[in-house]
Amino acid sequence: MRESTIMKIHYGTALAAVALVAVHILMRLTMGFAESLEYENVLANYKFVPYAIMLELILVLLAVHGFNGLRVILLELKQGRIYEKAVSYGCLVAMIGLIAYGSRTIIMTNMGLV
Amino acid sequence: MAQVSNIVDEQTSSTSKSVTLRISRYNPEHDDSSQFMEFNVKYEKWTTVLEAILDVKKHFDHSVAVRYSCRQATCGSCGMMINGKPKLACFTKISELDSDVITVEPMNNFPVIRDLAVKFERLFDTHQKIKPYLIRDDSELEYDEKEFLQSPEELENYIQFANCIKCGLCNSACPTMATDSSFVGPQALAQAYRYVADSRDKGKDSRLKIIDDSHGIWRCHFAGSCSQVCPKGVDPAMGIQFLRGYLLGFRS
Repeated sequence: MRESTIMKIHYGTALAAVALVAVHILMRLTMGFAESLEYENVLANYKFVPYAIMLELILVLLAVHGFNGLRVILLELKQGRIYEKAVSYGCLVAMIGLIAYGSRTIIMTNMGLV
Repeated sequence: MAQVSNIVDEQTSSTSKSVTLRISRYNPEHDDSSQFMEFNVKYEKWTTVLEAILDVKKHFDHSVAVRYSCRQATCGSCGMMINGKPKLACFTKISELDSDVITVEPMNNFPVIRDLAVKFERLFDTHQKIKPYLIRDDSELEYDEKEFLQSPEELENYIQFANCIKCGLCNSACPTMATDSSFVGPQALAQAYRYVADSRDKGKDSRLKIIDDSHGIWRCHFAGSCSQVCPKGVDPAMGIQFLRGYLLGFRS
């Protein structure tokens, strides 16, 4: 993939994540902050499908943005063909792994398996 | 006439001050690390750092290695760190530095040949990589044509970037150049914009492809230090942002 395409995704995910995380934080204010983080209320959030979809989107956006940021930092720290391939593929695998694990948590909680 | 000469001598000696010039000495073939040698040199308000270094070579130590040529900020040969900042030695007056001690070192982000002289291979390689020439299908002039015509407005788009003298000060000041040995650098990127913005050039796509690399334009963090140190006012940081505009689809 062209670097400009990757960076467009990088900037786009940042903007989208800012908007969705803002909604996520505002939702904490619908009731008392501490109350909104109580076990039952958190579970209720996960079981509300639109909110679960938003959490999934935040997970994907932050994982893509964060791991690409990490890739860029690591590429600037050291250079070399093998190192750069290892960093790029390593970050991609880690990103997929994190999204898979986070999605599993969201889906299981949404389905009442937790 | 003799009287006039004496008056001038008296005026010269009365305005003459002295400064401590600390010169970094390093020969990679013999030395493990650089060391500073100090020289006390006299200067006038118009004396440049390069003239002070040449004074040291003439009167104290002829073995000081320094690259210079035109002495008028045109050839881009005498770039060096002067009191910690990349500057042209021929374009920096000692009186303007406002310091009793002047420390001169080789430019950062360049391998040292000896003392103040550095290797320019990487700069020239990256400069060459971005194809610093007009690319056209009809590059050979037709019989009845004398030049590729251009309006003053079209010239304005790139003329600032055509002032680059390849002195390397921008690359020396760039924080990304310090860590990323494959980074194309602000000098080459500014020159890429210079040709992309030229209405006579048709090589925009090939140049954008070259700089759209994992060690290309996107590794610039917009520190802006390249533009701050440029002695010719080229503003590479602005050129880089304009190039990003092309790659992000804001410019065409």
